Order: sequence, then C-alpha cells, then structure tokens
Amino acid sequence: MRPARGVPVWLYLPALVGLALIVIPPIALTQRLPWSDFWSSITSESSLQALELSLRTAVVSTVLCLAIGVPMAVVFARSDGLALRVFRALVLLPLVLPPVVGGIALLYAFGRRGLIGEHLTVLGIDIAFSTTAVVLAQTFVSLPFLVISVEGALRVSGSSYEQVAATLGAGPTRTLVRVTIPLVAPALLSGLVLAFARAMGEFGATITFAGNAPGVTQTAPLKIYVDEINDPQQALPLSFLLIVVALVVVIAVHLRRPGRQPVL
Amino acid sequence: MNARTTARIAALMAVVALGATACSSGDSSPSPSASASSSGDAPVTLTVFAAASLKKGFTEIAADFQKAHPNVTVKTTFDGSSALVTQIKQGATADVIATADEKTMTSLGDSAVNPRTFTRNVLTIITAPGNPKRIESVRDLARSGVTTVLCAPQVPCGNAAATVERNTGVDIRPASEETSVSGVVTKVTSGQADAGLVYTSDAKAAGSAVTSVNDPAFAAVVNEYPIAVVKGSQHAGEGRQFIDLVTGSTGQEVLSGLGFGAGR
Repeated sequence: MRPARGVPVWLYLPALVGLALIVIPPIALTQRLPWSDFWSSITSESSLQALELSLRTAVVSTVLCLAIGVPMAVVFARSDGLALRVFRALVLLPLVLPPVVGGIALLYAFGRRGLIGEHLTVLGIDIAFSTTAVVLAQTFVSLPFLVISVEGALRVSGSSYEQVAATLGAGPTRTLVRVTIPLVAPALLSGLVLAFARAMGEFGATITFAGNAPGVTQTAPLKIYVDEINDPQQALPLSFLLIVVALVVVIAVHLRRPGRQPVL
Repeated sequence: MNARTTARIAALMAVVALGATACSSGDSSPSPSASASSSGDAPVTLTVFAAASLKKGFTEIAADFQKAHPNVTVKTTFDGSSALVTQIKQGATADVIATADEKTMTSLGDSAVNPRTFTRNVLTIITAPGNPKRIESVRDLARSGVTTVLCAPQVPCGNAAATVERNTGVDIRPASEETSVSGVVTKVTSGQADAGLVYTSDAKAAGSAVTSVNDPAFAAVVNEYPIAVVKGSQHAGEGRQFIDLVTGSTGQEVLSGLGFGAGR
C-alpha cells in the first residue's frame, strides 16, 4: 500500500473501519464452515436444484434487463424534460425500496387478483408460484443497475460522435448500433454483471411474490433461508458459494483499469 | 502492505469487534439481586422472547404485568421460534422465552428452566371469504384445480401440516412452502392461493378476509406452546411472575380471546 498523494492521512481511519465492516462478516462465516461435509452439502440434489434455478432465472432476467434497460438508458440520456426526469427517478425505485415491499407491489400488480394479473388470469395465464414470477421479481430489482450504468456512460460520452455519424449519412438506428452502443460497451458490460449479481441474490421480492416451491421458485437464497431456520450450520456451504460467486462478479467488474475511457 | 499498515488494520478490526460486543450486551442492566421473588422497587427490565404468533397476546399480557409491577418494564421481542432459540444460543440476553412448539424449546436444552405448556393451537384450513372452491376437508386441498400453500416443513406449522398429511394419507402438493404462517395467510388473502393450512389463532386474526374450514384430523395434531425462564437470567423471579400471569386466568383469557387454546 503506497500512500496516495493529496489524500489526508486521517482519512485512512474511517476508510479502514468501513473496510473492516464489510470484510469481517464474510470471513466470520467462512470460519464456521463445516468443511467435512461441505462438498456433499453443495452437491446435494436440493442444493444443485436451487443453484441451477438461480443461474437459469438470473440469466433470463439479465437478458430481459438488456432488452428493455438499454432502450430506457438511451431514451433517458438523450432526451430531456420534466416528465422524463420524473420517469428517470421512478426507475430508481426498486433500488431504494425494501425488496419485500417490491414483492408485495408485484403481487398486487401481477398476482391472480392483481391490476394486470386479473386480466392475465382471464386469458389463462397464471404466473402465481411459477418460475416466471421469479424472473419478474428479479428483473424488477435488477433493472435499475443496468439503466444507471449505461445511462451514466452515455451522458459522459456525449453525443458528438453520434452527430458526426449523422452528418456522414448514418440513420438513427445505424448510429445507435455502430456508434452509441460500442462507445458504452464497458459500462454496458459492468451493468449487465451487476444486474446478474443482483438477480442471483434476490430474496425478499421473490419469497413474497413467487413463494417458496423447491424446483420451481426456490432459488439459492430462498433455500439458504429455509435451511437456516432448521439448522444454521446447514445453510453455510451454499452461503459460502454465493459469496464466492459475488466475489468473482465484483472482481470482474472492478479489476478493469479505472480511468480508461472507452475509445472507438 | 507493510507491517505497520497490517498492525493498524488489526487494531481497527479490534475496535470494530469491541463495538459489536458492546452493542450486544448493552441492554443487560446490572442487577445486584437475583433473588427469587423480589419485586422490590429497583427498576427492572424483563426481556421476553416470544413466538411471532404470540405478538398480540403477549403485548397485552406484558401491559397487564407492568400495571401490576410498576418497577418492571417488559421488553418483548417477537420472531420465529427457531430464530429466537438461535439468538439465545448465540448469547442474546433474554429472561423468558415462549416458543410455538415443544421441538424448538427442547432444542434449547438446559438453557430453558422447567418449561411449562401455557397454551395450544390447532390447524385450520383457510380459504377466500365464502369458500368459493367448496373446500370441505383436507382431502380437498389435494384436489386438482385447487392451489394450496403450506408452511415449509422446517417451521412448526409446516411440521404440523406434514403430520396431518401422514395421519390422513392425503398427499398435498403445495404450490409454495412458506417460511412463516403469515406468508400462507398473505397468499390466501391476496388470492394467489385458494387455500392454506394455518393455526386457528391466525385464522381468527385474519378476520373476515378468510373463511375457516375445520377437519376432524386437526384435533389429533395439537401444537403445544411452552414457556420457560432462561438459565442465567438476572430477573428469574420476575420471569416466574410473568409466567404465572400467562398461565393464570388473566393470560389465558387474553389468549383464548385470540383463538388460542382450542382443541383442549
């Protein structure tokens, strides 16, 4: 560790306290891991089922975030006006809302007797207690991560390259695909990774909205919670695995050299 | 990272750890006399841990207790029985614990001093108001076209539901295994599920939002609620007095008014 120029030395104290606060709990958990049956616990049928469901739903949710999040980010970054600023703020709602509240809200929107769910039920579509409900909950909570990340990058990169592309005769769609998106590719990637991680970790909205059915809606965090009720030890191996996944994700995002501006 | 930095980090982590200990032991007020039945004038804080289903009843009983013992402040904590047991095992200071089944109390071992049964709860079927799906018995919960939710087998109400299934030979395939009774109630009141198995006290608390359906099989599966003073309590005398109030006519009246004690 070399002292950074221009950073007051006393800043290191609160910074280290913060670091300790974040680092100590996972270390403490790892200490209690029952190593003897770690492998058998991780590879038990119910654990694998929950992990597989988590991965599958998180991938689908991330793809959905990409499909609707990028258009949102472009619209928000390139337009202005009061209404738009209000909408932009609204997109942050799932980020600041307790996930349980999000789950209850989803229940009243897409539940069997919900605002939209009611009409879906008439059409024979019932997403109660289905994997679709899990994906919906995950997309709801993950979307802001992608939108914020991409929109921020779009604002920083500005629209000068796009204007040049336009003067050279490229249409709006061609400009978007060939100029705008490549410009923000690193931010898009980190946004996707964060959205995926948030979807993997989703618990509150899922258990409230989708319920807990092994193989259908019981993702890894739900299994950890249920196991923990019975025997806290039993929940540790899967918890540890999720910590590892989370570590891989944050390292993947942040080891990109900071300050390297995206260039064409 | 040089040796000095390492030492600094270690020191900081120690500070954080100390802070954490201070927090957890902060509420144990020093009490010189732990003598049996002293309800003298020294102010006493009696910490009562009780199962979530007892929230309404114990809040009322605690208020009555404080009226009779002005020097005592009853501090109640409500959570799932297993969560409370885990907290006590991890060193939380509680004077009295009341759980929703004997299994969780037994798991406390020596830490629970002479547990006594103070009330009981039996299962009941709940449906949407008016019982639109015409559910008459446990057998109907397994009917195709009926979406049933149960508690997860890890929690007391799920354990009781599993016993009913064993006794009746009915194999209910729940759409969701909720982690708490309140989860089952929400799924039924919101219309996500057609029916659920909960305790009579929960059905009573839900009021007109649900219709209860009884089945003779429920009488054989009675959940007994034990209460005990926690070993090492500084206020064992007050704790015993609180237990006397719960098991006496005042407490029993409050509880039966809330739907407890049925099936006796």
